[in-house]
Amino acid sequence: MTLLEVRGLDAGYGDFQALFGIDVDVAVGETLAMIGANGAGKTTFLRVLAGQVPAWAGSIMFDGTDIAHVKAHRRVGLGIALVPEGRMLFGSLTVRENLIIGAHAGRSGRWNIDTVLDVFPLIRPLLDRPSQVLSGGEQQSVAIGRALMSNPRLILLDEVSLGLAPVVVKSLYDALPALSEGGATVLLVEQDIGQALAVASRLVCLLEGRVSLEGRPDGVARSDITAAYFGLPASSGTEASS
Amino acid sequence: MEWLNAIVQGIMLGGLFALFATGLSLAFGVMRFVNLAHGDLAILGAFVAVSVISATGLNPFVSLVIVVPVMLAAGYALQLGAFNFTISPDPLPSILVTFGLGIVIQNVLLETYSADSRGLDVGSIEIESIRVTDAIAIGWIPLITLVVAVTVLGALQLMLSRTSLGRAFRAVSDDPPTARLMGINDRNLYAVAMGIAFATVAVAGVFLGIRQSFGPLDGPAQLLYAFEAVVIGGLGSVWGTLVGGLLLGVAHTVGGQFEVTYGYGSGPLVGHLVFLVVLATKPSGLLGRRAE
Repeated sequence: MTLLEVRGLDAGYGDFQALFGIDVDVAVGETLAMIGANGAGKTTFLRVLAGQVPAWAGSIMFDGTDIAHVKAHRRVGLGIALVPEGRMLFGSLTVRENLIIGAHAGRSGRWNIDTVLDVFPLIRPLLDRPSQVLSGGEQQSVAIGRALMSNPRLILLDEVSLGLAPVVVKSLYDALPALSEGGATVLLVEQDIGQALAVASRLVCLLEGRVSLEGRPDGVARSDITAAYFGLPASSGTEASS
Repeated sequence: MEWLNAIVQGIMLGGLFALFATGLSLAFGVMRFVNLAHGDLAILGAFVAVSVISATGLNPFVSLVIVVPVMLAAGYALQLGAFNFTISPDPLPSILVTFGLGIVIQNVLLETYSADSRGLDVGSIEIESIRVTDAIAIGWIPLITLVVAVTVLGALQLMLSRTSLGRAFRAVSDDPPTARLMGINDRNLYAVAMGIAFATVAVAGVFLGIRQSFGPLDGPAQLLYAFEAVVIGGLGSVWGTLVGGLLLGVAHTVGGQFEVTYGYGSGPLVGHLVFLVVLATKPSGLLGRRAE
Protein backbone atom coordinates (compact mmCIF):
# COMPACT_ATOMS: atom_id res chain seq x y z
CA MET A 1 0.00 0.00 0.00
CA THR A 2 1.38 3.38 -1.02
CA LEU A 3 1.67 6.00 1.72
CA LEU A 4 3.33 8.75 -0.30
CA GLU A 5 2.95 9.29 -4.02
CA VAL A 6 4.83 12.22 -5.57
CA ARG A 7 4.20 13.05 -9.21
CA GLY A 8 5.82 15.64 -11.46
CA LEU A 9 7.17 17.68 -8.56
CA ASP A 10 8.94 20.93 -9.44
CA ALA A 11 10.31 23.18 -6.70
CA GLY A 12 13.06 25.67 -6.02
CA TYR A 13 14.10 28.91 -4.38
CA GLY A 14 13.36 32.26 -6.02
CA ASP A 15 14.39 31.93 -9.66
CA PHE A 16 16.44 28.80 -9.03
CA GLN A 17 14.72 25.50 -9.82
CA ALA A 18 16.07 22.63 -7.69
CA LEU A 19 13.65 19.80 -8.52
CA PHE A 20 12.44 18.81 -12.00
CA GLY A 21 9.43 16.54 -12.36
CA ILE A 22 10.22 14.21 -9.45
CA ASP A 23 8.18 10.99 -9.30
CA VAL A 24 8.62 8.97 -6.10
CA ASP A 25 6.46 6.39 -4.31
CA VAL A 26 6.92 5.30 -0.71
CA ALA A 27 5.08 2.23 0.56
CA VAL A 28 3.79 1.86 4.09
CA GLY A 29 6.47 0.46 6.41
CA GLU A 30 9.40 0.68 4.03
CA THR A 31 12.66 2.55 4.54
CA LEU A 32 13.50 4.50 1.41
CA ALA A 33 17.00 5.91 1.07
CA MET A 34 17.39 8.96 -1.11
CA ILE A 35 20.99 9.45 -2.12
CA GLY A 36 22.79 11.95 -4.28
CA ALA A 37 25.69 14.35 -4.37
CA ASN A 38 25.71 17.80 -2.78
CA GLY A 39 23.17 20.00 -4.52
CA ALA A 40 21.25 17.10 -6.07
CA GLY A 41 18.00 18.32 -4.46
CA LYS A 42 17.60 15.77 -1.65
CA THR A 43 17.15 18.27 1.17
CA THR A 44 14.87 20.42 -0.99
CA PHE A 45 12.72 17.35 -1.68
CA LEU A 46 12.32 16.66 2.06
CA ARG A 47 11.61 20.31 2.78
CA VAL A 48 8.89 20.33 0.11
CA LEU A 49 7.34 17.21 1.68
CA ALA A 50 7.42 18.88 5.11
CA GLY A 51 5.93 22.12 3.74
CA GLN A 52 8.96 24.33 4.34
CA VAL A 53 9.48 24.93 0.62
CA PRO A 54 6.47 25.38 -1.68
CA ALA A 55 5.86 23.02 -4.59
CA TRP A 56 5.87 24.86 -7.92
CA ALA A 57 4.07 22.09 -9.78
CA GLY A 58 3.02 18.47 -9.37
CA SER A 59 1.18 16.60 -6.68
CA ILE A 60 2.09 15.15 -3.29
CA MET A 61 -0.47 12.50 -2.35
CA PHE A 62 -0.18 11.44 1.29
CA ASP A 63 -2.47 8.57 2.16
CA GLY A 64 -4.73 9.54 -0.74
CA THR A 65 -4.87 13.29 -0.03
CA ASP A 66 -3.01 15.93 -2.03
CA ILE A 67 -1.04 17.92 0.54
CA ALA A 68 0.98 20.02 -1.91
CA HIS A 69 -0.66 23.21 -0.62
CA VAL A 70 -1.20 22.21 3.03
CA LYS A 71 0.73 24.44 5.45
CA ALA A 72 3.75 22.97 7.25
CA HIS A 73 2.22 23.04 10.74
CA ARG A 74 -0.81 21.07 9.51
CA ARG A 75 1.29 18.36 7.84
CA VAL A 76 2.63 17.35 11.26
CA GLY A 77 -0.92 16.67 12.34
CA LEU A 78 -1.37 14.45 9.29
CA GLY A 79 1.64 12.39 10.38
CA ILE A 80 4.67 13.82 8.55
CA ALA A 81 7.72 14.67 10.67
CA LEU A 82 11.03 16.07 9.46
CA VAL A 83 14.34 15.73 11.26
CA PRO A 84 16.04 18.70 9.63
CA GLU A 85 19.63 18.89 8.50
CA GLY A 86 21.70 20.45 11.29
CA ARG A 87 19.30 19.12 13.98
CA MET A 88 17.81 22.58 14.66
CA LEU A 89 17.02 21.98 18.31
CA PHE A 90 15.43 24.88 20.20
CA GLY A 91 18.34 26.40 22.10
CA SER A 92 16.31 28.05 24.84
CA LEU A 93 14.51 24.79 25.67
CA THR A 94 15.84 21.90 27.70
CA VAL A 95 16.16 18.44 26.20
CA ARG A 96 12.92 17.39 27.90
CA GLU A 97 11.12 20.48 26.55
CA ASN A 98 12.47 19.81 23.06
CA LEU A 99 10.97 16.34 23.24
CA ILE A 100 7.66 17.52 24.69
CA ILE A 101 7.22 20.19 22.03
CA GLY A 102 7.59 17.47 19.41
CA ALA A 103 4.19 16.24 20.58
CA HIS A 104 2.58 19.67 20.10
CA ALA A 105 0.39 18.46 17.23
CA GLY A 106 -1.29 16.04 19.63
CA ARG A 107 -1.18 12.84 17.56
CA SER A 108 -1.56 9.74 19.67
CA GLY A 109 0.53 6.61 19.25
CA ARG A 110 3.22 4.54 20.85
CA TRP A 111 5.84 7.27 21.07
CA ASN A 112 6.20 9.23 24.29
CA ILE A 113 9.19 10.34 26.33
CA ASP A 114 9.63 6.88 27.89
CA THR A 115 9.57 4.98 24.59
CA VAL A 116 11.88 7.54 22.97
CA LEU A 117 14.33 7.15 25.86
CA ASP A 118 14.19 3.37 25.41
CA VAL A 119 15.53 3.87 21.87
CA PHE A 120 18.00 6.63 22.81
CA PRO A 121 19.02 5.83 26.40
CA LEU A 122 22.04 8.14 26.27
CA ILE A 123 19.81 11.21 26.48
CA ARG A 124 18.03 10.04 29.65
CA PRO A 125 20.53 11.74 32.03
CA LEU A 126 20.49 14.90 29.89
CA LEU A 127 16.76 15.63 30.04
CA ASP A 128 17.01 18.77 32.14
CA ARG A 129 20.04 20.23 30.40
CA PRO A 130 19.81 23.04 27.84
CA SER A 131 19.94 21.50 24.38
CA GLN A 132 22.72 23.91 23.38
CA VAL A 133 25.31 22.11 25.50
CA LEU A 134 24.83 18.65 23.95
CA SER A 135 27.32 16.97 21.64
CA GLY A 136 26.43 16.51 17.99
CA GLY A 137 25.40 12.87 18.47
CA GLU A 138 23.28 13.72 21.49
CA GLN A 139 21.61 16.53 19.58
CA GLN A 140 20.85 14.21 16.66
CA SER A 141 19.30 11.68 19.05
CA VAL A 142 17.11 14.41 20.56
CA ALA A 143 16.16 15.65 17.08
CA ILE A 144 15.03 12.18 16.01
CA GLY A 145 13.29 11.65 19.36
CA ARG A 146 11.53 14.99 18.99
CA ALA A 147 10.21 13.95 15.59
CA LEU A 148 9.07 10.59 16.98
CA MET A 149 7.12 12.39 19.71
CA SER A 150 4.68 13.56 17.01
CA ASN A 151 3.89 9.87 16.35
CA PRO A 152 4.55 10.24 12.63
CA ARG A 153 3.40 7.87 9.93
CA LEU A 154 6.20 9.16 7.70
CA ILE A 155 9.47 10.35 9.21
CA LEU A 156 11.88 12.29 7.01
CA LEU A 157 15.53 12.09 8.09
CA ASP A 158 17.86 14.63 6.53
CA GLU A 159 21.57 13.83 6.67
CA VAL A 160 21.55 12.01 10.00
CA SER A 161 25.28 11.34 9.80
CA LEU A 162 26.40 14.85 8.89
CA GLY A 163 29.30 16.06 11.03
CA LEU A 164 29.25 13.10 13.41
CA ALA A 165 31.96 10.62 14.37
CA PRO A 166 31.60 7.17 12.73
CA VAL A 167 30.91 5.47 16.06
CA VAL A 168 28.08 7.94 16.76
CA VAL A 169 26.66 7.46 13.26
CA LYS A 170 26.67 3.70 13.79
CA SER A 171 24.75 4.00 17.07
CA LEU A 172 22.16 6.25 15.40
CA TYR A 173 21.72 3.87 12.48
CA ASP A 174 21.42 0.98 14.91
CA ALA A 175 18.38 2.76 16.34
CA LEU A 176 16.64 3.25 12.98
CA PRO A 177 14.97 -0.19 12.81
CA ALA A 178 13.09 0.75 15.99
CA LEU A 179 11.44 3.58 14.06
CA SER A 180 10.01 1.15 11.50
CA GLU A 181 9.02 -1.31 14.19
CA GLY A 182 7.17 1.58 15.84
CA GLY A 183 5.00 1.89 12.76
CA ALA A 184 6.74 4.75 10.98
CA THR A 185 7.67 4.73 7.33
CA VAL A 186 11.14 6.18 6.86
CA LEU A 187 12.46 8.40 4.07
CA LEU A 188 16.17 8.82 4.62
CA VAL A 189 18.35 11.33 2.82
CA GLU A 190 22.08 10.62 2.97
CA GLN A 191 25.38 11.30 1.30
CA ASP A 192 26.87 8.32 3.12
CA ILE A 193 25.79 5.68 0.63
CA GLY A 194 27.09 2.73 2.63
CA GLN A 195 25.12 3.63 5.74
CA ALA A 196 21.98 4.40 3.78
CA LEU A 197 21.97 1.18 1.77
CA ALA A 198 22.58 -0.90 4.89
CA VAL A 199 19.21 0.05 6.35
CA ALA A 200 17.14 0.83 3.25
CA SER A 201 14.64 -1.48 1.63
CA ARG A 202 14.65 0.69 -1.51
CA LEU A 203 16.75 3.52 -2.90
CA VAL A 204 16.25 6.55 -5.10
CA CYS A 205 19.19 8.50 -6.47
CA LEU A 206 18.87 12.17 -7.40
CA LEU A 207 21.13 13.91 -9.86
CA GLU A 208 20.77 17.65 -10.45
CA GLY A 209 17.15 17.65 -9.34
CA ARG A 210 16.03 14.61 -11.29
CA VAL A 211 15.60 10.95 -10.38
CA SER A 212 18.57 9.14 -11.94
CA LEU A 213 18.08 5.69 -10.42
CA GLU A 214 15.48 3.75 -8.47
CA GLY A 215 15.51 0.19 -7.18
CA ARG A 216 16.23 -2.21 -4.34
CA PRO A 217 19.73 -2.08 -2.82
CA ASP A 218 20.31 -5.76 -3.52
CA GLY A 219 18.95 -5.45 -7.05
CA VAL A 220 21.09 -2.58 -8.32
CA ALA A 221 24.71 -2.94 -9.28
CA ARG A 222 27.17 -0.78 -7.37
CA SER A 223 28.47 0.58 -10.66
CA ASP A 224 24.96 1.71 -11.62
CA ILE A 225 24.62 3.53 -8.31
CA THR A 226 27.95 5.26 -8.88
CA ALA A 227 26.93 6.23 -12.37
CA ALA A 228 23.60 7.61 -11.20
CA TYR A 229 25.24 9.42 -8.28
CA PHE A 230 27.90 11.19 -10.33
CA GLY A 231 26.14 11.35 -13.68
CA LEU A 232 28.60 8.96 -15.33
CA PRO A 233 27.83 6.53 -18.13
CA ALA A 234 26.22 3.40 -16.63
CA SER A 235 29.02 1.16 -17.88
CA SER A 236 31.85 3.02 -16.11
CA GLY A 237 32.06 0.42 -13.37
CA THR A 238 33.55 2.85 -10.86
CA GLU A 239 32.85 2.05 -7.20
CA ALA A 240 30.71 4.51 -5.29
CA SER A 241 32.46 6.38 -2.55
CA SER A 242 30.95 6.39 0.89
CA MET B 1 17.21 60.45 54.19
CA GLU B 2 16.10 62.48 51.15
CA TRP B 3 18.18 60.24 48.94
CA LEU B 4 16.77 57.10 50.50
CA ASN B 5 13.28 58.46 49.94
CA ALA B 6 14.17 59.21 46.32
CA ILE B 7 15.28 55.62 45.84
CA VAL B 8 12.10 54.23 47.43
CA GLN B 9 9.90 56.49 45.30
CA GLY B 10 11.99 55.53 42.25
CA ILE B 11 11.31 51.86 42.86
CA MET B 12 7.58 52.64 42.98
CA LEU B 13 7.79 54.68 39.75
CA GLY B 14 9.81 51.85 38.24
CA GLY B 15 6.81 49.56 38.68
CA LEU B 16 4.87 51.73 36.23
CA PHE B 17 7.79 51.81 33.76
CA ALA B 18 8.06 48.02 34.01
CA LEU B 19 4.33 47.65 33.30
CA PHE B 20 4.72 49.83 30.22
CA ALA B 21 7.68 47.82 29.04
CA THR B 22 6.15 44.36 29.53
CA GLY B 23 4.22 44.17 26.26
CA LEU B 24 7.06 45.71 24.29
CA SER B 25 9.45 43.12 25.71
CA LEU B 26 7.08 40.22 24.99
CA ALA B 27 6.46 41.28 21.39
CA PHE B 28 10.16 41.70 20.77
CA GLY B 29 11.08 38.50 22.59
CA VAL B 30 8.61 36.28 20.75
CA MET B 31 8.63 37.74 17.24
CA ARG B 32 11.38 40.40 17.13
CA PHE B 33 8.60 42.90 16.57
CA VAL B 34 9.33 46.57 17.31
CA ASN B 35 6.05 48.30 18.10
CA LEU B 36 6.41 52.08 17.86
CA ALA B 37 2.71 52.49 18.69
CA HIS B 38 3.18 50.91 22.11
CA GLY B 39 2.97 54.19 24.04
CA ASP B 40 -0.08 55.29 22.08
CA LEU B 41 -1.71 51.94 22.84
CA ALA B 42 -1.21 52.60 26.56
CA ILE B 43 -2.95 55.96 26.17
CA LEU B 44 -5.65 54.25 24.08
CA GLY B 45 -6.17 51.80 26.95
CA ALA B 46 -6.56 54.70 29.37
CA PHE B 47 -9.13 56.37 27.09
CA VAL B 48 -11.02 53.09 26.67
CA ALA B 49 -11.19 53.07 30.48
CA VAL B 50 -12.54 56.65 30.38
CA SER B 51 -15.35 55.49 28.10
CA VAL B 52 -16.07 52.36 30.14
CA ILE B 53 -16.19 54.37 33.38
CA SER B 54 -18.36 57.02 31.76
CA ALA B 55 -20.80 54.36 30.50
CA THR B 56 -20.90 52.12 33.55
CA GLY B 57 -19.72 54.20 36.48
CA LEU B 58 -17.23 51.52 37.41
CA ASN B 59 -14.18 52.21 39.54
CA PRO B 60 -11.06 52.49 37.28
CA PHE B 61 -9.56 49.38 38.88
CA VAL B 62 -12.74 47.41 38.17
CA SER B 63 -12.93 48.82 34.64
CA LEU B 64 -9.87 46.70 33.85
CA VAL B 65 -12.23 43.72 33.73
CA ILE B 66 -13.63 45.21 30.51
CA VAL B 67 -10.63 47.19 29.22
CA VAL B 68 -8.16 44.29 29.32
CA PRO B 69 -10.26 41.81 27.28
CA VAL B 70 -11.14 44.54 24.76
CA MET B 71 -7.49 45.44 24.25
CA LEU B 72 -6.48 41.77 24.18
CA ALA B 73 -8.97 41.11 21.39
CA ALA B 74 -7.81 44.23 19.54
CA GLY B 75 -4.17 43.10 19.76
CA TYR B 76 -5.03 39.60 18.54
CA ALA B 77 -7.06 40.94 15.60
CA LEU B 78 -4.51 43.60 14.65
CA GLN B 79 -1.67 41.07 14.60
CA LEU B 80 -3.66 38.64 12.44
CA GLY B 81 -5.02 41.33 10.15
CA ALA B 82 -2.02 43.63 9.77
CA PHE B 83 1.16 43.08 11.80
CA ASN B 84 1.71 39.50 10.62
CA PHE B 85 2.19 40.82 7.09
CA THR B 86 5.08 43.00 8.25
CA ILE B 87 7.07 40.29 10.04
CA SER B 88 10.30 39.59 8.19
CA PRO B 89 14.02 39.66 8.89
CA ASP B 90 13.86 43.31 7.82
CA PRO B 91 12.46 45.32 10.79
CA LEU B 92 11.59 48.35 8.63
CA PRO B 93 8.04 47.29 7.60
CA SER B 94 6.92 46.75 11.21
CA ILE B 95 8.53 50.01 12.31
CA LEU B 96 6.79 51.98 9.56
CA VAL B 97 3.40 50.33 10.09
CA THR B 98 3.41 50.81 13.86
CA PHE B 99 4.71 54.39 13.50
CA GLY B 100 1.72 55.06 11.27
CA LEU B 101 -0.62 53.29 13.66
CA GLY B 102 0.61 55.51 16.50
CA ILE B 103 -0.24 58.64 14.49
CA VAL B 104 -3.67 57.24 13.62
CA ILE B 105 -4.38 56.44 17.29
CA GLN B 106 -3.33 59.95 18.38
CA ASN B 107 -5.60 61.61 15.82
CA VAL B 108 -8.56 59.34 16.50
CA LEU B 109 -8.20 60.10 20.22
CA LEU B 110 -7.97 63.83 19.51
CA GLU B 111 -11.11 63.70 17.37
CA THR B 112 -13.00 61.54 19.85
CA TYR B 113 -11.95 62.94 23.21
CA SER B 114 -10.50 66.40 22.33
CA ALA B 115 -7.06 67.56 23.45
CA ASP B 116 -8.14 68.03 27.08
CA SER B 117 -6.16 66.19 29.72
CA ARG B 118 -8.01 63.50 31.64
CA GLY B 119 -7.50 61.55 34.81
CA LEU B 120 -9.00 58.37 36.29
CA ASP B 121 -10.45 59.01 39.72
CA VAL B 122 -10.12 56.22 42.27
CA GLY B 123 -11.09 58.33 45.29
CA SER B 124 -9.17 59.15 48.44
CA ILE B 125 -6.72 56.28 48.02
CA GLU B 126 -4.97 58.49 45.47
CA ILE B 127 -3.54 60.65 48.25
CA GLU B 128 -3.26 58.06 51.01
CA SER B 129 0.07 56.57 51.93
CA ILE B 130 1.91 54.30 54.32
CA ARG B 131 4.29 56.23 56.54
CA VAL B 132 7.49 54.20 56.87
CA THR B 133 9.55 56.82 58.72
CA ASP B 134 9.17 60.54 59.34
CA ALA B 135 10.84 61.22 56.01
CA ILE B 136 9.58 58.32 53.92
CA ALA B 137 5.97 57.62 52.95
CA ILE B 138 4.85 55.19 50.27
CA GLY B 139 1.69 56.09 48.37
CA TRP B 140 -0.90 53.37 48.01
CA ILE B 141 -1.28 53.87 44.26
CA PRO B 142 2.47 53.61 43.49
CA LEU B 143 2.65 50.58 45.78
CA ILE B 144 -0.30 48.89 44.08
CA THR B 145 1.25 49.71 40.71
CA LEU B 146 4.51 48.03 41.72
CA VAL B 147 2.70 44.98 43.09
CA VAL B 148 0.67 44.69 39.88
CA ALA B 149 3.82 45.03 37.77
CA VAL B 150 5.62 42.30 39.72
CA THR B 151 2.51 40.10 39.55
CA VAL B 152 2.06 40.59 35.81
CA LEU B 153 5.73 39.94 35.07
CA GLY B 154 5.80 36.97 37.46
CA ALA B 155 2.73 35.47 35.79
CA LEU B 156 4.30 36.05 32.39
CA GLN B 157 7.53 34.36 33.46
CA LEU B 158 5.56 31.44 34.91
CA MET B 159 3.59 31.11 31.68
CA LEU B 160 6.75 31.19 29.57
CA SER B 161 8.63 28.64 31.67
CA ARG B 162 5.89 26.23 32.78
CA THR B 163 3.12 26.04 30.19
CA SER B 164 2.85 24.56 26.71
CA LEU B 165 1.96 28.03 25.42
CA GLY B 166 5.17 29.38 26.92
CA ARG B 167 7.20 26.54 25.39
CA ALA B 168 5.66 27.33 22.03
CA PHE B 169 6.50 31.04 22.47
CA ARG B 170 10.12 30.18 23.22
CA ALA B 171 10.35 27.71 20.33
CA VAL B 172 8.95 30.25 17.87
CA SER B 173 11.29 32.88 19.25
CA ASP B 174 14.25 30.54 18.66
CA ASP B 175 13.38 29.29 15.19
CA PRO B 176 9.98 29.86 13.52
CA PRO B 177 10.47 27.48 10.54
CA THR B 178 11.45 24.59 12.82
CA ALA B 179 8.61 25.45 15.20
CA ARG B 180 6.21 24.94 12.29
CA LEU B 181 7.64 21.44 11.92
CA MET B 182 6.37 20.76 15.45
CA GLY B 183 2.83 21.64 14.37
CA ILE B 184 2.96 25.17 15.78
CA ASN B 185 0.99 27.80 13.89
CA ASP B 186 3.44 30.65 14.40
CA ARG B 187 1.15 33.31 12.91
CA ASN B 188 -1.62 32.50 15.37
CA LEU B 189 0.91 32.37 18.20
CA TYR B 190 2.14 35.85 17.26
CA ALA B 191 -1.45 37.07 17.52
CA VAL B 192 -1.77 35.56 21.01
CA ALA B 193 1.48 37.25 22.04
CA MET B 194 0.29 40.60 20.70
CA GLY B 195 -3.03 40.15 22.48
CA ILE B 196 -1.17 39.67 25.76
CA ALA B 197 1.06 42.67 24.97
CA PHE B 198 -2.02 44.85 24.37
CA ALA B 199 -3.60 43.59 27.59
CA THR B 200 -0.55 44.48 29.68
CA VAL B 201 -0.12 47.87 28.08
CA ALA B 202 -3.80 48.58 28.78
CA VAL B 203 -3.16 47.86 32.46
CA ALA B 204 -0.19 50.23 32.30
CA GLY B 205 -2.32 52.90 30.64
CA VAL B 206 -5.03 52.68 33.29
CA PHE B 207 -2.46 52.91 36.11
CA LEU B 208 -0.88 55.90 34.36
CA GLY B 209 -4.31 57.52 34.22
CA ILE B 210 -4.83 56.89 37.93
CA ARG B 211 -1.40 58.25 38.81
CA GLN B 212 -1.37 61.36 36.63
CA SER B 213 -3.32 63.23 33.99
CA PHE B 214 -2.95 62.14 30.37
CA GLY B 215 -3.83 63.39 26.90
CA PRO B 216 -4.09 61.93 23.38
CA LEU B 217 -0.53 62.98 22.48
CA ASP B 218 1.23 61.53 25.54
CA GLY B 219 1.99 58.15 23.96
CA PRO B 220 5.46 58.79 22.49
CA ALA B 221 6.90 59.78 25.90
CA GLN B 222 5.60 56.54 27.41
CA LEU B 223 7.09 54.61 24.48
CA LEU B 224 10.48 56.17 25.19
CA TYR B 225 10.44 55.09 28.85
CA ALA B 226 9.24 51.60 27.89
CA PHE B 227 12.03 51.25 25.35
CA GLU B 228 14.62 52.41 27.84
CA ALA B 229 13.38 49.96 30.47
CA VAL B 230 13.47 47.07 27.98
CA VAL B 231 16.94 47.93 26.69
CA ILE B 232 18.37 48.47 30.21
CA GLY B 233 16.98 45.16 31.43
CA GLY B 234 17.69 43.15 28.32
CA LEU B 235 15.64 42.63 25.19
CA GLY B 236 13.18 39.78 25.59
CA SER B 237 14.02 39.11 29.26
CA VAL B 238 10.99 39.16 31.58
CA TRP B 239 12.84 39.81 34.83
CA GLY B 240 15.19 42.09 32.94
CA THR B 241 12.17 44.22 32.07
CA LEU B 242 11.36 44.57 35.78
CA VAL B 243 14.97 45.38 36.66
CA GLY B 244 15.15 47.87 33.79
CA GLY B 245 11.94 49.55 34.87
CA LEU B 246 13.03 49.81 38.50
CA LEU B 247 16.49 51.15 37.60
CA LEU B 248 14.97 53.71 35.26
CA GLY B 249 12.49 54.75 37.95
CA VAL B 250 15.25 55.20 40.52
CA ALA B 251 17.31 57.18 38.00
CA HIS B 252 14.33 59.50 37.44
CA THR B 253 13.69 60.20 41.12
CA VAL B 254 17.34 60.41 42.14
CA GLY B 255 17.93 62.73 39.18
CA GLY B 256 14.92 64.70 40.36
CA GLN B 257 16.89 65.62 43.47
CA PHE B 258 18.94 67.94 41.25
CA GLU B 259 15.88 69.83 40.03
CA VAL B 260 16.34 72.53 42.69
CA THR B 261 19.79 73.27 41.26
CA TYR B 262 19.39 72.43 37.58
CA GLY B 263 15.68 72.91 36.99
CA TYR B 264 12.87 70.65 35.82
CA GLY B 265 13.97 67.82 33.56
CA SER B 266 16.99 66.60 35.48
CA GLY B 267 15.12 63.42 36.49
CA PRO B 268 14.37 62.22 32.93
CA LEU B 269 17.84 63.41 31.91
CA VAL B 270 19.52 61.11 34.46
CA GLY B 271 17.23 58.31 33.26
CA HIS B 272 18.36 58.84 29.67
CA LEU B 273 22.02 58.90 30.80
CA VAL B 274 21.62 55.58 32.64
CA PHE B 275 20.05 54.16 29.46
CA LEU B 276 22.97 55.40 27.36
CA VAL B 277 25.57 54.03 29.79
CA VAL B 278 23.93 50.57 29.76
CA LEU B 279 23.59 50.67 25.97
CA ALA B 280 27.26 51.58 25.57
CA THR B 281 28.68 49.14 28.12
CA LYS B 282 26.27 46.21 27.89
CA PRO B 283 24.20 46.45 24.70
CA SER B 284 22.39 43.17 25.42
CA GLY B 285 21.02 44.67 28.67
CA LEU B 286 21.66 43.77 32.29
CA LEU B 287 19.82 40.42 32.15
CA GLY B 288 19.56 39.96 28.40
CA ARG B 289 20.88 37.12 26.31
CA ARG B 290 24.02 37.87 24.36
CA ALA B 291 23.18 38.93 20.82
CA GLU B 292 23.97 36.18 18.33
